[in-house]
Amino acid sequence: MTAITAPAPAPGLAERVRWGVSDTLTLSRRSLLVWLRVPAYLVFTVIQPVMFVLLFRYVFGGAIPVPVPGGYVEFLIPGIIAQTAAFATFGTAIVLAQELKKGVIDRLKSMPIARSAVLTGRLVADTGRMVITIVIIVGVGYAVGFRFLNGAGPAVAMVVLATVFGVSFACIAAFTGLAIGDEESVQAFGMIWLFPLTFVSSAFVPIATMPGWLQAFANHQPVTYVVDTMRALALGGPIEANLWRSLAWIAGIFVVFLPLAVRAYRRAA
Amino acid sequence: MPANTGGPAILVEGLTKSFGQVHALRGIDLSVPRGTVLGVLGPNGAGKTTMVRILTTLLPPDGGRAAVEGRDVVREAAAVRRSIGLAGQSAAIQEELTGRENLEIIARLYHLSRATARSRAAALLEQFGLADAANRPAKTYSGGMQRRLDLAASLVGQPRVLFLDEPTTGLDPRSRLGMWDVIRSLAAGGTTLLLTTQYLDEADELADEIVVIDQGQVIAAGTSEELKNRVGGDVIEFTVPDRGRIPEAVAAIAPIGEGEPHADTETGVVNVGVGGGGSDALIEAVRGLDAAGVVTRGLALRRPSLDDVFLALTGHAAEEDGQPAGRGRAGRGRRRSSGGEREEEKVRTAS
Ligand SMILES: Nc1ncnc2c1ncn2[C@@H]1O[C@H](COP(=O)(O)OP(=O)(O)OP(=O)(O)O)[C@@H](O)[C@H]1O
Ligand SMILES: [Mg+2]
Repeated sequence: MTAITAPAPAPGLAERVRWGVSDTLTLSRRSLLVWLRVPAYLVFTVIQPVMFVLLFRYVFGGAIPVPVPGGYVEFLIPGIIAQTAAFATFGTAIVLAQELKKGVIDRLKSMPIARSAVLTGRLVADTGRMVITIVIIVGVGYAVGFRFLNGAGPAVAMVVLATVFGVSFACIAAFTGLAIGDEESVQAFGMIWLFPLTFVSSAFVPIATMPGWLQAFANHQPVTYVVDTMRALALGGPIEANLWRSLAWIAGIFVVFLPLAVRAYRRAA
Repeated sequence: MPANTGGPAILVEGLTKSFGQVHALRGIDLSVPRGTVLGVLGPNGAGKTTMVRILTTLLPPDGGRAAVEGRDVVREAAAVRRSIGLAGQSAAIQEELTGRENLEIIARLYHLSRATARSRAAALLEQFGLADAANRPAKTYSGGMQRRLDLAASLVGQPRVLFLDEPTTGLDPRSRLGMWDVIRSLAAGGTTLLLTTQYLDEADELADEIVVIDQGQVIAAGTSEELKNRVGGDVIEFTVPDRGRIPEAVAAIAPIGEGEPHADTETGVVNVGVGGGGSDALIEAVRGLDAAGVVTRGLALRRPSLDDVFLALTGHAAEEDGQPAGRGRAGRGRRRSSGGEREEEKVRTAS
């Protein structure tokens, strides 16, 4: 009976917080390790956005007149960063659904780890992933003619806004992944909400070129507010109104979907 | 320490759980003394996984109560989690990571120091015969190796009570025997074990006590010997290569059996309990089949297996998906793809 030790006693509050942080970091490190090992994930998060930049810059770009100084490439990069941050959440949803199906989440839930750590670990890892992708896009953007025209401070603010926006969408994705729980369905569902939100926005084309009924949607949805704010931060121009609207949307998404994701995690079976 | 040191390691009373219209558990009672192995035996859909999920705090029960090491699985879930290990029905490992990384991450989640995590992972890899494969991604492992890694992962926290949900399902016979050895050594080390299985020989091999569950209820409990005695003695079994002649074979041996003969029209296997009839019954069976002109293969008298127990207790075979003959199987979700899925017809003679 020597191998058997008494179960550890229940920890106090300070201890629990410390462990919560440590569990979150362990789990996010695990997610990033997995991400580095799967070529498909790397392609999805690195190669695909670069292809999008090149495609829109050189194939479609010439045909899209835009009302910003510097031409389409200046217009494009903030939009494509927001779109990429949103699309990165496909990974959030799919991986959670896979882990649910494989029983990985069952194992983690049966262990004495912080209840929040599986979700927070995933969100932390996905935030890291998003920042890496954004930096790559900015780099590629610079190679094809994009320049921040508004100074370093606003440029950093743009990256931060894009990331916070992406994490709010990751909460939606985490909820769908855990609630639906089936990889293919989760992926299909991701298409349904992510494609309209990102493409029917100001991300790739000026909204004024769309038919009126589409404009009504495009003008009043979060991606447009976020992209317009990002563009103003990168290129200059009025920021305030769009910034507040963006932050309100992002806050609203967190308030609604973070609890939903937590509940879906608790109930996940 | 709380006063939980004397009681059973696992105590379950009147446990119920339904999913909509499906009554997965309908009042399960069981008790597992410390340091013993309980085998939970039941066909697909019997409720085995549901029970394991409740005992490992993953699912709240609808009614009744369950305690592990004296801690209630609902009210004291956190305490329960500190004393259990779970190897679920599918290998819950991260296939992209190496065996070593898998175990070290789990160890870190148990808040072991880096050095301790490293040494515990190494020790477990060694113990489970995975040392040579330790630095390969787990997706390159065979099914047996993945199950062993999964089992190793469930032991990182040095649990006092270990739950294994169908630990050998999907393994080839050799990997299965390897898994049995591992499980035996765990039991010998004093860990309390609850293992579910659809394989009757597995429960027979590994468990101190067996409970047979079917459609969410315990239909029998006891040691393997006790259960076998309930069948009432020896069994005559043979195969009829010409499936069309099974009814004649059944009719021929019906008079010598103590109960009704059972026949599997797909495999052609026919068996009948003959009580203490022994070799006399065997001779009579040979004469009867010869007189009926039915060709048989592998006619033999044997001790009853737990298969026979299941048949005697439920009137249907264990691998039959837990449905009494005549009831539809639609609406039962979540069936496994491997094993236990063949449709069987039971031929019962009325003579
Ligand atoms: N989450 C769920 N939602 C709906 N029904 C469920 C759920 N989990 C289990 N069931 C149903 O409950 C019953 C018992 O299922 P359970 O998984 O416990 O059986 P089992 O004995 O583990 O079977 P198997 O040998 O196939 O693993 C089945 O009819 C199953 O379809
Ligand atoms: Mg099961």
